Amino acid sequence: MTCEQLKKLAAEKADLINVRKIVREQAEKLAQNTAYRKQVLVCGGTGCTSSHSLQVIEQLEKSLKELGIDDVLVVKTGCFGLCALGPIMIVYPEGAFYSQMTPEHARTVAEKHLIKGGEIVKELLYAETVHEDGSVIPFAEIPFYKHQMRIALRNCGVIAAECIEEAIAAGDYSALAKVLTEMTPEQIINEIKASGLRGRGGAGFPTGLKWQFTREAQGDVKYVCCNADEGDPGAFMDRSVLEGDPHTVLEAMTIAGYAIGAQEGYIYVRAEYPIAVERLNIAIEQARKFGLLGKNILDSGFDFDIHVRLGAGAFVCGEETALIASIEGKRGEPRPKPPFPAQSGVFRKPTVINNVETWANIAPIILNGSEWFASIGTEKSKGTKVFAVGGKIHNVGLVEVPMGTPLRTIIYDIGGGIPEGKKFKAAQTGGPSGGCIPATHINIAMDFDNLTAIGSMMGSGGLIVMDENTCMVDIAKFYLEFTADESCGKCAPCRIGTKRLLDLLTKITEGKGEPEDLDKISRLARHMKSSSLCALGQSAPNPVLSAMEHFGDEYMKHIYAKKCPSGVCKSLLNYYIDPDKCRGCTLCKRNCPVNAISGEVKSPHVIDSAKCIKCGQCIAHCKFGAIEKK
Amino acid sequence: MAKNKFEGTAEQMNELLDCIRAHSGEAGALMPVLHEAQNIYGYLPAEVQTVIAERLNIPLAEVYGVATFYSQFSLTPKGKHRISVCLGTACYVKGSDKVLEAIEKELRISCGESTPDGKFSIESCRCVGACGLAPVMIVDGEVYGKLTAKDVAGILDKYIKD
Repeated sequence: MTCEQLKKLAAEKADLINVRKIVREQAEKLAQNTAYRKQVLVCGGTGCTSSHSLQVIEQLEKSLKELGIDDVLVVKTGCFGLCALGPIMIVYPEGAFYSQMTPEHARTVAEKHLIKGGEIVKELLYAETVHEDGSVIPFAEIPFYKHQMRIALRNCGVIAAECIEEAIAAGDYSALAKVLTEMTPEQIINEIKASGLRGRGGAGFPTGLKWQFTREAQGDVKYVCCNADEGDPGAFMDRSVLEGDPHTVLEAMTIAGYAIGAQEGYIYVRAEYPIAVERLNIAIEQARKFGLLGKNILDSGFDFDIHVRLGAGAFVCGEETALIASIEGKRGEPRPKPPFPAQSGVFRKPTVINNVETWANIAPIILNGSEWFASIGTEKSKGTKVFAVGGKIHNVGLVEVPMGTPLRTIIYDIGGGIPEGKKFKAAQTGGPSGGCIPATHINIAMDFDNLTAIGSMMGSGGLIVMDENTCMVDIAKFYLEFTADESCGKCAPCRIGTKRLLDLLTKITEGKGEPEDLDKISRLARHMKSSSLCALGQSAPNPVLSAMEHFGDEYMKHIYAKKCPSGVCKSLLNYYIDPDKCRGCTLCKRNCPVNAISGEVKSPHVIDSAKCIKCGQCIAHCKFGAIEKK
Repeated sequence: MAKNKFEGTAEQMNELLDCIRAHSGEAGALMPVLHEAQNIYGYLPAEVQTVIAERLNIPLAEVYGVATFYSQFSLTPKGKHRISVCLGTACYVKGSDKVLEAIEKELRISCGESTPDGKFSIESCRCVGACGLAPVMIVDGEVYGKLTAKDVAGILDKYIKD
């Protein structure tokens, strides 16, 4: 394929894609230029597929056939971001946002809305998109989307995830055409440097510099690598890009290959993401067929190809040197740096390695210019960041906002706040390597440097919200269990340190904590940070240290008063029946597995704390809310 | 190494040899070959590792080293129905530990074990990325979301009966 052919192909379906991007009135006009009266986009990402969106598509296609409708296009896309409401379905040109769809609902929508002259089925729409007076609000204007700015996720939920023609029509590969025809490798690198783009995988290293170092490194064989080993539990933006717009990653890696002088690339992706792996393989196959990967790309004389390598469930492989070892077919153990991958990476050759979200930002920078990108964000953190917002929050999902957006905006305006009217306690960022942001810092401008300054870190962008029922000692222990389990064992500070830290935290949650344990934790943490081989060990103490800094009183209560204020740590809890509320219905007594509850019918019951195993069965069965954990 | 008696068919062996041949000469072939071998046999018995070592000309110790390093490679057979419970952070703060406990209680085995009749095995995993449905469990690739401990028995019933 030549650049001209690419342009022609893009123009063919451009209107079809644009209907999904512009406001209703214009979209309705534009739709007349296409072969389809309406387009139905159904999310085929992991979240929605898990809640059976594929059955929704199946039913939809069946109903359309039965109704004899042939001018409605059904598209299986990547993630729309609002995962809590899945399966999600959007009908264009109206932009009608249907949520929590079932096959039955799909049939209804087909019969009432998709037929000629049909009307939006308001009762199946996401409630926030229906105004009090009954008018429908375009979904782009609801709070969840209004505050977002989608650069990396620009095509996720907009194009058919397994269709290269739609990807091209949405602009994929036009940046590649531009660099191959108009730019020298130096110009590309300077453009990326000037944009201020920093690595989105966690460390935040300037991407342009990485490329420059690799270009300058000696060697005729070089590699481009994509780190798609998204291990931070609770972060799923990389998965979403791979599922929703895999071609942008292939395109960006090819651009990097041209810039640094490499002809081969590897994508290392978690095996836990089967849909992402499948879509990547489809995308690579299609790109090869279209001459966008392989020999003589876009008739430029440049050759580049990409291989997919699967991880096998080792968190440490997200660390770049461990990832490289794993690509080489070895145990995924990190090695000391320097030499950095830019000098000695995959098979000891100079290697550029970037994270998926970083790759997703490359094409827009090339197309819109570094100045545009640098105008977004804060002084030292340019562009946007995708956060995977989860935990105790209404709108669980993916959120892309300009760097520097206050945490409050993310949690309350976009996230819809904390369910059940509970109080916001903290947000954990950076996963097992990061720390927590307490409620006192809720106005913090989220960027690389501000988060580091308060003892947390950006990490890959997982953001877990915790409410008053979350115990900060227990959460720190949870992360240590994770790192102790995932430590590869190569270096002693991490292998032994994570285990000993975990022991100390377990001791505290079991009510056996002693005042000197806090000192021991601090000392051990210092040693681990200074002497571990890789970032896994160096950052493993962060969740504990940051929780101790911001929630020191909770640690004190566990140690001195032997109490867990949030009611989580089992050993520190006692179950108690409020005699004023208990009606003596005997339900708790009958359901107690160890016969720890006694009492006569219609008189208050009592729990024998010596016998109680704190299983919670009594609370689950009590209809009067009479049983409390204290 | 694994103590289970190895029962492989000639077909499986042919499939394995084909896969090794397809990857021969490729740098870093061991990981993809182990993945495919596990797909063929369901686990990585010592006999299979030996064949891979010989054919790829890699010391058996190294093959064993890689097979035991990664948590997804298993040296023992898994149950007919594989249950995995997500213990990622989003699921954990929503109580996935209680879901796991309920499964363990229901099947009377611990996480990481198989039932004596080989019908079920339980494992924990770290985030499948379906955080919008937290807490989740996965049975044979089917994701069950927004669970409470009470839902477990009903879901397992379906698999116990078949």
